[in-house]
Amino acid sequence: MRSYMENYAIEMTDITKIFPGVIANDHVHFQVAQGEIHALLGENGAGKSTLMSILFGLYEPDSGHIKIRGKEVKIRSPNDATALKIGMVHQHFKLVHNFTVTENIVLGLESRNILGNLDVRKAEKRVQELSDLYGLAVDPRSRIESITVGMQQRVEILKILYRDADILIFDEPTAVLTPQEIDELIEILHRLKAEGKTIVFITHKLKEIKAAADRCTVLRRGKYIGTVDVKDTTEHQLAEMMVGRSVSFKIDKQPPRIGEVVLQIENLTVLGAKGVPAVRSLNLEVRSGEIVGIAGVDGNGQSELVSAIAGLLPVKSGRVLLKGKEITHSRIRDRIESGLGLVPEDRHKHGLILDFKIDENLIIKSFRRPPFSNKYGFLQFDAIREHALRLITEFDIRAGSGPATPAKSMSGGNQQKAVIAREIDLSPELLIVAQPTRGLDVGAIEYIHRRIVEERDKGRAILLVSFELDEVMNLCDRIAALSKGEVVGIVAAEQADERHIGAMMAGMVMEGGTHA
Amino acid sequence: MNVLLQMLPSILMIVSPILIAAVGGLISERSGVANIALEGLMGIGAFMAATTHVLLEQSFPYSIPLALVLATLAGALFSVIHAFASITLRADQIVSGTGINLLSTGITVFLCQIIFKQERTEPFRLGMLPGWGGIYPTAWIALVVLILAWYMLYKRPFGLRLRACGEHPQAAASAGINVERTRYIAVILSGALAGLAGACLVLTQTIQYTVYTINGAGFIALAAVSFGRWLPKGVLGSSLLFGTSVALAIYMVNIPSLRFLPSEFFSVMPYLITLITLVIFSGKEYAPRAVGQPYDKGRS
Amino acid sequence: MRNTRKATVTDRFLDFITQSEAMVSIVVVLLGFLVGTILVILVGRNPSGMYSAITQVLTGWDLRRGTWNARYIGEWLVMSLPLILCGLSVAFAGRTGLFNIGAEGQYVAGLTAAQFVAIFGPQIPFLHWILAILAALVVGALWGGIVGILKAKYSVSEVVATIMLNYVAYFTSRVLTMMIPGANTYRTPTYPQTARLASPFLEQLTNGSRLNYGLYLALISILFFWIVIGKTRLGFSLRATGLNKEAARYAGINVNASITTAMAISGAFAGLAGAVVALGSFNYGRVLGGLDGYGFDGIAVALVGNSTAWGTALSGLLFGMLKSAQPLMQSRQIPKEITAIIMGLVVVFISLRAGVRMLMEWRMKEQAKKGRVIE
Repeated sequence: MRSYMENYAIEMTDITKIFPGVIANDHVHFQVAQGEIHALLGENGAGKSTLMSILFGLYEPDSGHIKIRGKEVKIRSPNDATALKIGMVHQHFKLVHNFTVTENIVLGLESRNILGNLDVRKAEKRVQELSDLYGLAVDPRSRIESITVGMQQRVEILKILYRDADILIFDEPTAVLTPQEIDELIEILHRLKAEGKTIVFITHKLKEIKAAADRCTVLRRGKYIGTVDVKDTTEHQLAEMMVGRSVSFKIDKQPPRIGEVVLQIENLTVLGAKGVPAVRSLNLEVRSGEIVGIAGVDGNGQSELVSAIAGLLPVKSGRVLLKGKEITHSRIRDRIESGLGLVPEDRHKHGLILDFKIDENLIIKSFRRPPFSNKYGFLQFDAIREHALRLITEFDIRAGSGPATPAKSMSGGNQQKAVIAREIDLSPELLIVAQPTRGLDVGAIEYIHRRIVEERDKGRAILLVSFELDEVMNLCDRIAALSKGEVVGIVAAEQADERHIGAMMAGMVMEGGTHA
Repeated sequence: MNVLLQMLPSILMIVSPILIAAVGGLISERSGVANIALEGLMGIGAFMAATTHVLLEQSFPYSIPLALVLATLAGALFSVIHAFASITLRADQIVSGTGINLLSTGITVFLCQIIFKQERTEPFRLGMLPGWGGIYPTAWIALVVLILAWYMLYKRPFGLRLRACGEHPQAAASAGINVERTRYIAVILSGALAGLAGACLVLTQTIQYTVYTINGAGFIALAAVSFGRWLPKGVLGSSLLFGTSVALAIYMVNIPSLRFLPSEFFSVMPYLITLITLVIFSGKEYAPRAVGQPYDKGRS
Repeated sequence: MRNTRKATVTDRFLDFITQSEAMVSIVVVLLGFLVGTILVILVGRNPSGMYSAITQVLTGWDLRRGTWNARYIGEWLVMSLPLILCGLSVAFAGRTGLFNIGAEGQYVAGLTAAQFVAIFGPQIPFLHWILAILAALVVGALWGGIVGILKAKYSVSEVVATIMLNYVAYFTSRVLTMMIPGANTYRTPTYPQTARLASPFLEQLTNGSRLNYGLYLALISILFFWIVIGKTRLGFSLRATGLNKEAARYAGINVNASITTAMAISGAFAGLAGAVVALGSFNYGRVLGGLDGYGFDGIAVALVGNSTAWGTALSGLLFGMLKSAQPLMQSRQIPKEITAIIMGLVVVFISLRAGVRMLMEWRMKEQAKKGRVIE
C-alpha cells in the first residue's frame, strides 16, 4: 500500500506561495493517489486553503510543479482546472437563490435544443441521472432558496460532477452541516470513491478524518509536516502533528465563586431567517462569578439566541431577565445601560466601524455620557483620546498611530482585543462572548482566554458561545449543549466528557441518559 | 370606458417609448447594473432622431427609419460610458447614472446650438405616421422589443447567464461566465433601447427636440421596472398603467367628467402609485440581489 | 524569493492623484475642464471665451473691454447660494450613508412654502422673511423626513422614493401655487417688500447685483453642518449609522431615528435653498414650469466637495462660477451648455473616485497573487 508511484492523481512538489508579510506555503509537497480519499489537515492559517486554491487555479504558485495524472501542468484559472477535470466544492456555496437546482447545475454549460434554446427537459434528465448514479438525492425542480443546506451542498457536488470532474476538492465541507448531514456526506464520499473519484477534503476536524479519510497530510504554519495512513494514527497523534506540541487541554483556573442569578432565560422562542423557530422554548440561567458555555454546531440557534438577548432580533415568546428586570423587548440602549455587554461573533459586521478611528470605536457605546460628551451635546475629544490611550496600554492593543489609528488598518487579533477591551471597560454585569477567538493566532487566543477568566473572577456573569468544543470545555464552569434551538443538557465542566457532549449536540441524548 | 377605447391610439403612442425604455432598464438591472440614466439616454436618442430626420426629410425618403437606427446607436454608444465607469472602474452606479443624465442635457442642447444656432432642433415637417387603426408603428416596435427580450432572458442560455450575473455574480463566475462582458452587453442593450425609445417619443409626440421633450419619461420607465417587479410581464402591465395615466393628463380636456381635476393630478399618478406600491410591497425583495453592487472578483 | 518590480510611471501617477480626497476632486475638476475645452475646440469655437467669461465672473474684470464691475462678483455669489445649500443637503445625507437625489423635490417644497408665507404672512420687516425661511425649513425637513421614514421602516430605496417625490412635489407645487388669489399660470402677485431677502447694503457693495441675506444664511448653514457632523453627539450617531448600520444598532444607536433625522436635516437645507431663490432672486412667486435643477446640481457639488462642509462650500462656488458665466459665454460664441457638460463630466469622473481606489487595491492584490511586490 505504500508505493503509488505510477498512480498519483495529484502531485504538487515544492510549492511556495508568498503573500505580503506571510509565507502561506513553504516548499510544500502534496501527493494524492488515484481513487483515494485524502484529508488535508491544519489549523487556521496553516496554508491548506491556499494550497487547494493553487490547485484549483485561483492562485499561481511562486515556485514548484504540479502534475495531474502524471502529466506536468500549469493551472492558471478555474477554467484550466475544470478542463483538467478538477472540481472544487467551496465552503461558501455559489448558488443562485432563485434558480432551480437544475439551472444552477447546468449554468455555463447549458443543454440546448436544435434552435439553440435552453433544453430544460434534457438538463433535468441529466441531473437525475447523475443524482441516481452517485446517490446524491436532489429535487431537480426545487429552487435553491427552499432546500436544506445538506441538499444545497449536494447541488454543489453535482455541479462539478456534471462537468466530469474526476478529482474533487472539498473546502471545510462539514462546517455548515448538522451531525446527521455529516454522516450522509461521509457516505457520499465513500460512494464517490467507489465510482473511481479521487477526493481531497480540507478540514481541522479530527473525528471526520478518522471516519472518512484513507490518508491525511498535515500542514503547520505553511510547512509540510507529514502524511499518515489514517487507520494507523490516533486523533491525539494527528492533533500533535497539527499543533506541534503535546496538546494539553486544560487552562489553569480557580474554582468559581458563584453568586446570584444575573441572566435568566425562560421558554425563549426566536424566529430565524425563514420564519422557522431557531430557538425553541429555551431555558437557561447564568450566575455571577461563573462562565456558562453554549456548545453546538453552527446553525443550531446560537447566533439567534445571542442576538435575541442583545436585542438585535425580536423575541417570539418567552422572557429574558437581567438581574431580575425584564428586558425581553427593551431597546438595545437600555440593555446596555442595564449592564449587558456583548462581544459579537462578527467583529467586522457588528463589533467595529472599520472606517472610524480606534478611539471612536472604543466609545461607541458610551459617547453620549460624560466625560465623552458635555451637557450641550458636544463631543470632548481630549477625554476620548485619553480613554483610548488607557485601553491601548492596558490591553496591549497594537495600533500603529495610537488613538487615531483607523480600525481597518489593525490586524484581526488587535481588532478583537479592542472590542473586548471596550466591553470589559464598561464593566457589564453580564458579558456575552460569541466566537471570541475565531481567526486569531495562538498568542491572542491565550490572552483573550485569560481576560475572560479574570472577569469571571471579578464576579461577572459570562456566557460563552463557541463552535470550538475545546474552547468551551477549557474555559467554562458549566456547559450547555445546544441542538436545534434547545438546550438538551447541562453538565458541570469537571464531569464533562467530550463524547457525551458531542452526542448531546447531535441531539441524540437528553441529559439523564434518555435517548431522543 | 368608451372614451378610453377612443383614446387607445394616443395611449399606445405614449406607452410605447416608456415600454421600450423600461425593457432596457429591465435588462440592465437583471444583469446587476442599476441604470438610472434612462432619462438622459432617451434624450440622446430623441436629439439624434430629431436632428437626423429634420436634416434629411426633404432629401431622403427613409429618414425616419434611419433616424431610429442612428438614435439606437447613439444610445448604445453613450451607455458605454456608464458601463465603463460602473463595470470596469467599479464606480458607484447611481452616481455614474446621474452624471450621464446631467451630461445628456448638456451635450444635446450644446450640439443644437452648434448645428441649429438655437437651444432646440429645427421642427421637422412630418413625423412618424400612424398606421392601421390609427396606431403608430412604435407600438408594434415596442411589442417586438418586449417579446424579444423575454425570449432572450428566459429561453436562451445567454439570458440564464445574464440573470445569474444579477443575482450572484460569484456563482456565475465560478461557472466560467465572464461577468463583466455579460454586464457590458446588458448595459449597452439598455442604452440602445433607451435611445430607440427617445427617438420613438420625439417622432410621434412632438415636432422637435428640446430639454423638455423627455420630461420624466425615463424615470417613469424606471418606476415601471420596479413596479413590474423586474419581470417582462410586470413591466408590460406597469408601462400600460403609467402610460395611460400620463395620457389622461394630456387628453383629459376631452373628458367632461374629469375636467374639474387639475391636469397635474394625472401627471403625478405614475409617481404616486409607484411610491405607494413600494411601501406596500417593500419592493426590495424583488430586485435582483446583486444590483447596484460593483462586481469584485477578489471576494469569494 | 520575492519578486519585485520597479514602480512605473503609471503607479507613481496614480499614487499622486489619489493621495488625498481633495486632490482627487481637484484632478477631476481639471479633467472636466480639459474635456470641455477640447469639445469647444472640436466644434470650432475659441475656448479662450470660456475662460475670459469665468475670469469676469470671479473678479469683475471684463478682459475684452478692460472695465471692472463688482456686479459680476455679486451675481456669482447669488448663483452659488442655492448650489451650496443643495450641495450641503446632498452632502449631509451622504455622510449618513444615504443618497439624496430628492434635493430637487425638497427644494421645490421649501420654495413653495416660502412663496406662500411671502404672500400671506404678516408684513413686518425682518419678521416676515424670517417666518418664510422657517416655513421653508420645516416643509423641506418634512419632505426629506418622509423619505427617511420610508427607508427606515419600509426599507424603500431612497433612490427611487426621492425620484418619485421630486415629481410629486413639482406637480403639487403647481397646483397649490395656482390656487393663490391673483395667480395666473406662471406667476403670483408681487410680494410685499418685507418678504424679500434683499439687502441694500449688499446690493450697494456689489454695484447693484441681487446679492441678499441669503449669503448670511448660507454661511450659517455651512457652520451648522460642520459643527453638527464633526463635533456633536448627533453627528457621531449619524456618521456611525452611515458607515456601518449594523454596528451602530449593536451599539445602541437608534438607526431608524438617525436615518429620519438625517434626511429631515438634509431636506431642510434644500428647502432653504428654495426659499433663498424664491425670496432673494425674485419679487413674485412662480408657478414652476419645470424643475430649476439646483437639486440635481447639488449632487455634483456634494460629490466634488467630498460631502464635507467646506469642500461643499468651495465646490458650490466653483459650480456657481460656471453657471453665472453662462450668459457671458453665450455672448462670446460659446454655447452655454458647456457648463452643464463640464458638470456632467465631473460627476461621471467623480463616480470613479471609489472605483479608482478599488482598482488600485485590486492591482496590488493581483500583483501580490502573482508573487510580485511593487516597491
